[in-house]
Amino acid sequence: MTPHSPRGGSGMTIIVKSTTRIVTAFIMLFGTTIVLYGHVTPGGGFAGGVIIAAAFALIVLAFGKTLAGRFVTGTTASVWDSAAATAFLFVGVLGYLGGCFFWNFLRPPQSGRFTLFKLYSAGSILLSNTAIGMKVGMGLLGVFLALSVFRPRREEGEGHE
Amino acid sequence: MSSGAIPFALSMVVLLIGLYAIIAKANVVKIIIGILITDYAVNLFLVLLGYRHGGRAPIVTKADLDTSGGVSMGFVNTSVDPVPQALILTSIVIGLAVAAMMVALALRLHDKYGTFDITRIRRLKG
Amino acid sequence: MTNILPLVVALPLGAGFLSPLLGKSRRGESMAALLALGIGFANLAISVALFTTTEPLVYWIGFWNAPVGISMAVDGLTRLLLLTTSLVALAALVFSIAYMRRFTATGLYYSLLMLMVAGMNGVIVTGDLFNLYVFLEVASISSYGLVAFGTEHEELEASFKYLILGSIGSLFILLGIGILYNLTGQLNMALVADSLAGRGANRAMTLAAAFFLMGFGLKAALVPFHAWLPDAHPSAPAPISAMLSGVLIKASGVYALARIVFNVMGPSAAHADVLTALGALSMVVGVFLAVGQWDFKRLLGYHSISQMGYIVLAIGVAAQVMSPRGSGDEALAGLLLFGGLFHLFNHAAFKSLLFLSSGSLEQQAGTRMLKELGGMRRRMPVTAFCCRIGALSIAGVPPFNGFFSKLVIVVALALAGKWLLAALAVFVAMMTLVSFLKVQRTVLEGETPERLAGVREAPYPMQSGMLILATVCLLGGPLVVWLRGWLLDPAAASLLTRAAGYAALFSPRGGP
Repeated sequence: MTPHSPRGGSGMTIIVKSTTRIVTAFIMLFGTTIVLYGHVTPGGGFAGGVIIAAAFALIVLAFGKTLAGRFVTGTTASVWDSAAATAFLFVGVLGYLGGCFFWNFLRPPQSGRFTLFKLYSAGSILLSNTAIGMKVGMGLLGVFLALSVFRPRREEGEGHE
Repeated sequence: MSSGAIPFALSMVVLLIGLYAIIAKANVVKIIIGILITDYAVNLFLVLLGYRHGGRAPIVTKADLDTSGGVSMGFVNTSVDPVPQALILTSIVIGLAVAAMMVALALRLHDKYGTFDITRIRRLKG
Repeated sequence: MTNILPLVVALPLGAGFLSPLLGKSRRGESMAALLALGIGFANLAISVALFTTTEPLVYWIGFWNAPVGISMAVDGLTRLLLLTTSLVALAALVFSIAYMRRFTATGLYYSLLMLMVAGMNGVIVTGDLFNLYVFLEVASISSYGLVAFGTEHEELEASFKYLILGSIGSLFILLGIGILYNLTGQLNMALVADSLAGRGANRAMTLAAAFFLMGFGLKAALVPFHAWLPDAHPSAPAPISAMLSGVLIKASGVYALARIVFNVMGPSAAHADVLTALGALSMVVGVFLAVGQWDFKRLLGYHSISQMGYIVLAIGVAAQVMSPRGSGDEALAGLLLFGGLFHLFNHAAFKSLLFLSSGSLEQQAGTRMLKELGGMRRRMPVTAFCCRIGALSIAGVPPFNGFFSKLVIVVALALAGKWLLAALAVFVAMMTLVSFLKVQRTVLEGETPERLAGVREAPYPMQSGMLILATVCLLGGPLVVWLRGWLLDPAAASLLTRAAGYAALFSPRGGP
């Protein structure tokens, strides 16, 4: 499948590249939908996040590590991962400030402002799901990049996990 | 053994296969695969616990609401138990984290020792 | 008072998530250290604040009541464990400030350490079985990463071994939880206990008990499951060794096991016999493996197995007394549990102290092999003082805390009619003394090897970390009666609460 060097930065053939160019946006859109509708349909933050991470992984596979590395690196993924985790905790803390840890502060129990099966029907669960989706997507991407960029035969000095 | 117990017994067989791989294999990658098989066996066991024969997926649609806006008893009585499914979803996520950790460690180990053979990865003893 | 409960998890979790965001610059890493230290102090303040009332507290997350909600529950045992964890964590954090300077990427170190603290606190305060498993995994996964933090040959090998055995343990625990859920249809510990209280022993419960014993036995490194501990604990950086040996094996092993055996499932005769056997075996085998060791940290690791044996032995015999076959003498079981839990508290203090002083010696002298050290009493007076206090405490020399807890355990075993086990406990205490006399003689006394002539005392943060724990060891002995009144007896009493009573304490109350 690869006419050039398999480990080089050139990536796969033109067929794969063109297909990737077309479908990536749709895969990401699909992942986002799964994340946003997590409270009314099967799916949610984790499933959607995995799909989003898969879209990124597809780009890395098709275009090669070097080109993709210009847009997203392990460090960026790690920073977004931590930011999303913090955001998830922040949703919980906002509830705490309103009275109870992880209280659904957008939707008091007696409220009838929302209709079932709509996007805005679960209050702060939507926010939590979005944070989890980003956390899982970026976390998995970070793992994928860390494992694919890892160069055997120690080239760096004393590192970390 | 009643026919209802067979799936449980089979999931335990899968668990034992995983444990066998962990104990008997000397290759780091095969041990990791053993852990993953064990993990899936436990998940399978848990999801079987919530299964109801002929039950349907625990997804509420508009047809499953009763007049007061709550979920109808008919749905509750025919759907499978969703709690174990929620549990294994969490357990899958944890398994993913452990798997990533194991693979990263295996890469590092190969980097340092130049082998995946655990009989040769033996600096610690005593 | 109930309202501060979520903070014991939320604060360290937040610090763990924020630390990687502070960047890899020198300034970012100092800020991460400062943040972690602040959380360490806050954690201690919260666990002390929980002592202002002796009532059991229960907090329902997100206003969701049982059976759907997840609760956090606090009773005497929880208070004891939280205080122990936060004391050791604070000492380890203070020690880390100077000790971690030789490592790179310390921002990630503090992040993982905070996640481990959050996981342990979660295990201790949670009132939900599955939540217990999740927090157990949070603590375990971060500890796998911390053991491998040095990324040298030994660290990676130890971490891999620990990771494999640790995840097998977790899977067994999950299987046990699944069986309990299937039996009762509940995950809340109080409701499971309530539902199980009425029925006698059945085969499914025995199976669940076996899975729990294997799983938590692996986490607590009891003897047939101990292979990972002497590799993993010494390989970690010293403050992490102190956390792992001092509190992690207790929070995720002994605490969870005792909670499930006593409060959730109710002590059965089979449980009790297995626990007693595992405890006695760990106590003896651990000390025999320790005597021949010449690597300081490895020796401490084997002693951890042996001292955990004391704790599990006391808990096991208490379970025997309380089981349907036993005499049901609550005063005797209370005394056994008092001894076991006091030893848990003391072991956290002196073993962490010993690991910290071994780290200080290793950092300043460049080796942790006993034969290569010597005369450190003159070169490093503060470290030597702390190391001596820790050694005398673990060996059970009279005025120190270790003596009193071992004395209580031995006396209570004799009262329970277990003369053989009592004699065994005394014998193991003697062996421990011999082993630590060897350490004292080779490390602190004797001639300083020429190579170590220029060794200086450790920096102040490391000294303060050690002194915090040395104070606990020094005061623990004389203050035993006072400690018993407000700390240990409520903890023992909460384990003796019979299953139905436990459910009554934590049953769902009115909503918001």
